[in-house]
Amino acid sequence: MDKASNNIKYNWPYNIYEVFKDNKIKQIAYVPDAGHKDLIDYCENDKNMKMISLTSEEEGVGLLAGAWLGGEKGALLMQSSGVGNCVNSIASITRACDFPLLMLVTMRGEWNEFNPWQVPMGKATAKVLEALNVNVTRCEKIDDVSETINAMLGLAYKTNSINAVLLSQKLIGAKDF
Amino acid sequence: MPKFRLNRRYVISELLKQREDTLVVNGLGGTCWDIASLGDNDFNFYVWGGMGNACMIGLGLALSQPKKKVIVITGDGEMLMGIGSLATIALKQPKNLSIVVFDNELYGETGSQKTHTAYSTNLSKIAIGSGIINSSIITTKADLLLLCSKIHQIKNLSFSVIKINQEQEEIVLPIREGAYIKSRFRKALLGEKILLE
Repeated sequence: MDKASNNIKYNWPYNIYEVFKDNKIKQIAYVPDAGHKDLIDYCENDKNMKMISLTSEEEGVGLLAGAWLGGEKGALLMQSSGVGNCVNSIASITRACDFPLLMLVTMRGEWNEFNPWQVPMGKATAKVLEALNVNVTRCEKIDDVSETINAMLGLAYKTNSINAVLLSQKLIGAKDF
Repeated sequence: MPKFRLNRRYVISELLKQREDTLVVNGLGGTCWDIASLGDNDFNFYVWGGMGNACMIGLGLALSQPKKKVIVITGDGEMLMGIGSLATIALKQPKNLSIVVFDNELYGETGSQKTHTAYSTNLSKIAIGSGIINSSIITTKADLLLLCSKIHQIKNLSFSVIKINQEQEEIVLPIREGAYIKSRFRKALLGEKILLE
């Protein structure tokens, strides 16, 4: 294997971008996180994708409900702390109307975290989502990322379900100032 | 502060008189009953929950349907809860989106407690400060009718606060099953085949 293809294989943000492109994802809603930086950059450079920068994560839940009303698919990118901000909107809009939703959550507060303020919400993230009847899948390995996200996207839009893929801190690399 | 001038049921009937295929999203509570009081319509997306997110549903819809006019009609309390969404909408500047806030300066569904707009908060100035330049406060019938003559056009993003009086109107409930409201709206907008996808 040459160096270029080796890089692409292990460039998991690019792999996610390709999954978005293949699935005709049109609206990318995000509160930026260091772990989503490269994916946001790839999507921003694609003229077929609309980038919606949010002031708070729950805005993305409403946005993607509206997008689906108009026939467009989307994805919601956030950090684990943002899951807490989304709770009522997920329950009272997405779940109440059986809207499809894919959330890509980069994890904080676990693998080699340095900031103790990130730990409580990081530990609560999966449980909070499960309490909302969201399907939660974790990605720990680079090789699993695109296959998992492709499957969860399909599940969301074929069955009107809410799916969260948690990208582990081990995968994205712990932040260390 | 401007005096309360306008009756909400008069305002809604003027706003939607010439709607044709305009897509309408409401905020939960009073504005939902107002829209329902005009009769049912497949292009109404009745929001019954998720307070603070009506404008964002409108944004997602407007971005996905740039050739259709989208109007979000919500109350002052609901708008205050999602106030950050004005900054998000201003970033995108969708030409086909208008936001109308029925501002009676109180939480009508919960015992008429005063909202922030009864005191120091000016929603129209927040919209301008967020980057929605076409922003106004309407207190008179003449200004309302001027707004109504333009609101169904696709021209530019607009934000209008309409000061309404505090009279309690009859509660008119529309259909409330979310999945049905969603699927009916999508079928009307995107065609029957959408239900097979």
